[in-house]
Amino acid sequence: MSKVLKGSAPTDSEVILGILNNSEVVLERLYVAYFPMVMQLIINNNGSADDAKDIYQEAIIVLYNKIKSGDFELSSKLKTFIYSVCRRLWLKRLNQMSRFDGDIKDFQDYLPVEDEVEKQTDRDLQYTKMESALALLGEPCKTIIEDFYMHDRSMQDICERFGYTNADNAKTQKYKCLQRLKKLFFQHN
Amino acid sequence: MNDRQLHDEIERYLSGEMSREERAAFDALRKDNADIERQVNEHRQFIGMLKQFNERRELEQRLNAIHNEIDVHSLKEELTVHPSWIVQLWRNHHSKISVAASIAIFAMLATLFFTGYFKGHDSNYTQLRMQMESYKRSTEKLNNSTNALIHDIKASKRIIEPAKFGGTGFALTANGYIVTNYHVVKDADSVYVQNETGDSYHARIVYTEPGYDVALLRIDDSTFKAQNPLPYTLKRAQSDLGEDVYTIGYPRNDVVYGKGYLSSATGFHDDTTAYQVSIPVNPGNSGGPLLDNKGNIIGIISGKQSLMEGAAFAVKSEYLLKAIKNMPSDSVNKKIVLNSKNTLASLSRAQQIKKVQNYVYQIKVYSK
Repeated sequence: MSKVLKGSAPTDSEVILGILNNSEVVLERLYVAYFPMVMQLIINNNGSADDAKDIYQEAIIVLYNKIKSGDFELSSKLKTFIYSVCRRLWLKRLNQMSRFDGDIKDFQDYLPVEDEVEKQTDRDLQYTKMESALALLGEPCKTIIEDFYMHDRSMQDICERFGYTNADNAKTQKYKCLQRLKKLFFQHN
Repeated sequence: MNDRQLHDEIERYLSGEMSREERAAFDALRKDNADIERQVNEHRQFIGMLKQFNERRELEQRLNAIHNEIDVHSLKEELTVHPSWIVQLWRNHHSKISVAASIAIFAMLATLFFTGYFKGHDSNYTQLRMQMESYKRSTEKLNNSTNALIHDIKASKRIIEPAKFGGTGFALTANGYIVTNYHVVKDADSVYVQNETGDSYHARIVYTEPGYDVALLRIDDSTFKAQNPLPYTLKRAQSDLGEDVYTIGYPRNDVVYGKGYLSSATGFHDDTTAYQVSIPVNPGNSGGPLLDNKGNIIGIISGKQSLMEGAAFAVKSEYLLKAIKNMPSDSVNKKIVLNSKNTLASLSRAQQIKKVQNYVYQIKVYSK
């Protein structure tokens, strides 16, 4: 039943090196190469194109984190790994929506990847918590925090952007913002 | 050192802005003070989370950008496994189909129920035994009151009550064996037979064959005297379609003649033990003899089809013979000797009837 999927996939080692080097081209080639496979899995198992996008991106993030953290051993083909993660994620999603009828139509071989998916679920939780904490923080705190801690801008830059009279005022402001963010983040526990 | 200052120090320490001396001093402070050590670790972890958050957000943005380049719609078309249209129809509409099917089944059952399909036997088939109670009661009451005295005095101390059902029967032998339908005498407490002249005798059911709807009675009344030899015989072979036939029976209290023809070699629902006869019959005719032109008995009138004009049914004489054969010999105390001489063949119809009617009885069935 499976169709032959077109497109020149990058080799597995190309992908690993590319991700370690933040290569935009490799990421794109990887994404384009395996998306049809995942789409096929999802839409033929009660899912929509948007579901396919969510699941696939989640799986790419799992792969990305795994490679970046350096503990990625190439024990199987990347294709199989991605398929397995997507399959696992989709089964989980189907169960949550109570739409799983006990039968999944498979198109590829797959591996057990429960650990990866569990880890990813934890990270997802942290991510959404941080996202909502930042949203609650409000401006200008959000931008100050993002500029300083995420985009590595200097205090001087921030001082100018927000029109603080001196860097010390800006620093005080940043300190207060960070304390509030921590509070928001942890009170959601 | 207040919280704010400590925070600044930690940040400087973590970002590597401290001089070597400051750094050494802070390291020493961390070692000495567990609380500071914990705060350093917490801060580092939190900043790490912020960085991870940013990294992931950027990655998602990049992935979304790539995704937007893909023609998802045509890909979807290409990748969907298209099941056959009937499967798709079922998947998309199975709830509606189920509901429709349930309604259809329910409607069918309801129709069958209201048309009486579930009532034991086929409603189209009407057994022709007569329900006597209603009008018999009034006439018999009259009889009772006027004749009770005479009856009492005249030997037999028989009290005649209205019979519950009525039918017809005919003599099988001259010594008191009478044939009728099983359905006429079933559930009977007692059976009386009454001949054309009005003499009534008690009879006993000696054998029944429900499969053929045949019952054999024997008159066991002391007042009964053996009759002359029967004028008719039982026909052993099948009769042909189109043959002229007639019956005489008791659909009312007087004997009634009916004439018709054999219209089919099988009975209701292709029942091979019966004929279909086009003949006017009514409740009470059940058990009556069906005779052909020559005066042979070819069957026993048993029922008619209520929704079909002129379709009556008669058990074939060969099955009557079979029933007689099946009868265990110990149930008869007088031997059944079937008549083998037909004296009707050369007579006209009216003369035939005159002779036959002496051997045709009204059957009265009493039950609680």
